[in-house]
Amino acid sequence: MNLMGLFKSPQNELEKGGKQPTAQEETHEVTAVCPKCGTQTPVSELWENRNVCRCGHHFRLTARERITFFADEDSFTELWPELTSHDVLGFPGYEQKLKSARLSTREKEAVVCGTCSVEGQRCATFVMDPHFMMASMGTVVGEKITRLFEFATEQRLPVVAFTAAGGARMQEGILSLMQMAKTSGAVRRHSDAGLLYIAVLTDPTTGGVTASFAMEGDILMAEPGAMIGFAGARVIEQTIRKRLPEGFQRAEFLLEHGFLDLITPRHDQRDVIAQLLAMHDSKQQGVCVDSGVKGGERFGDGV
Amino acid sequence: MATAYDKVQLARGKNRATGLSFIENIFTDFIELHGDRRFADDPAIVGGVAKLGGRTVTVIAVEKGGDTKDKVRRNFGSPNPEGYRKALRLMRQAEKFHRPIVCFVDTAGAFCGIGAEERGQGQAIAENLYEMMALKTPILSVLVGEGGSGGALALAVADRVWMLENAVYSVVTPEGCASILWKDAKRAKDAAECLRLTAADMEAFGVVERVISEAGRNDKQDLFERVAEMLAIELDRLCDIETETLLKRRYDRFRAF
Repeated sequence: MNLMGLFKSPQNELEKGGKQPTAQEETHEVTAVCPKCGTQTPVSELWENRNVCRCGHHFRLTARERITFFADEDSFTELWPELTSHDVLGFPGYEQKLKSARLSTREKEAVVCGTCSVEGQRCATFVMDPHFMMASMGTVVGEKITRLFEFATEQRLPVVAFTAAGGARMQEGILSLMQMAKTSGAVRRHSDAGLLYIAVLTDPTTGGVTASFAMEGDILMAEPGAMIGFAGARVIEQTIRKRLPEGFQRAEFLLEHGFLDLITPRHDQRDVIAQLLAMHDSKQQGVCVDSGVKGGERFGDGV
Repeated sequence: MATAYDKVQLARGKNRATGLSFIENIFTDFIELHGDRRFADDPAIVGGVAKLGGRTVTVIAVEKGGDTKDKVRRNFGSPNPEGYRKALRLMRQAEKFHRPIVCFVDTAGAFCGIGAEERGQGQAIAENLYEMMALKTPILSVLVGEGGSGGALALAVADRVWMLENAVYSVVTPEGCASILWKDAKRAKDAAECLRLTAADMEAFGVVERVISEAGRNDKQDLFERVAEMLAIELDRLCDIETETLLKRRYDRFRAF
């Protein structure tokens, strides 16, 4: 049994200034070591800086921490918090992994869904949590995200997503693969209804999540330095038997190759998202008369 | 009784009919159409127009290649982003001319390489899923060998998905699964069992509508003839369904998982 999770702070404390997974316990001050520059920073100071090191390294966040940073205070209402995975295939060790992930994160699954407002503008949102089995996508992750897009389509809400994933959840076999098609279908319907989807790609966003809804946003934003790709670096190195170049599959690499709209530091994300939401508000002045062409229908349009 | 890993080996078998051979033996008047109009022509995916009886069909197949030289040229059937973009271009063309699409899928997976990442392998697959979900023409995919993860799904978001008896379909190769979960690729046999990747499993999950028997699998001609007959009947049915109904059913088909 993994006992690590038992020594973590309760969730409400996590929300208000939680410990980083890299945090090192000392007698008085808890510090976190930056994997990029090696600096030790007290977690309280780090939290003041939204868990960004002075060198610019963005520490990974839990789903709740992200919501605290991004949503208006007390505006978040969670949807389907009860949904949780089961070991449908009878895969060895899966039930145990789920248990320890639930214990250590105090989450039921790797994605948190809900509605919130950003500078007073309402949106539907989902936030993936890399601390829960590396936010791999199984049937429940796929189901919650699909429901969120369906809900947003019905309520005519924009979707703001924070993606993270190590890939598909292998322990759910082919059912995990099917989530890529299922979520893509829901994103497509949301888009065809003329609604905005902003995806913020955070470290790491890889595998089947990259190859489905993470890359299907109208606007693709990423956190600086985030690892984003289809295949894992180790798999590529084994396939081509070469070392990968510096910066390969980092957000900056994707921007350079034309696969991202913008890279936005954590401090600016809320403002940029609020501005984009405002610019896509159908009630704003100056919207062109409906031409009868639905969003996404035009040839070559879309993702 | 064949184990799951036996099936994996059958699916990868040397003498197995390849994707292109299904096109060549089932359809007539095949004209291959090349290129994604953006970067290159990917020989790992073959596509074009062909006839099945009186009907014009857009046909697409992953091709692993014949002799060694051909296999290398076709990257052993692991497509690059331009392959998926070519397939999507041909599918949009099929939509424009109101003809059905038939895909033959046989790939270990989308290629993992530097160029593939630079050109957006993930984005290319995502775009196929997103577009195929709403493509206004019938799509029928047949898994004829290896159905390797997202690289296979990018050609299998379809109204009907069929599978040969000895084909496999999986989110990860058994070797990959064993090496990630147990740090031991040699346990691929155990991983194959756990992953539930056989045609019988797929039918039980509802991932495929039909499993095509390979009882006389040494007789490829017999197989081609049977598949041709099934396709002719099913395409007639699919082409009779109103587009709105077709798309609703396609959405519901994948929504069920």
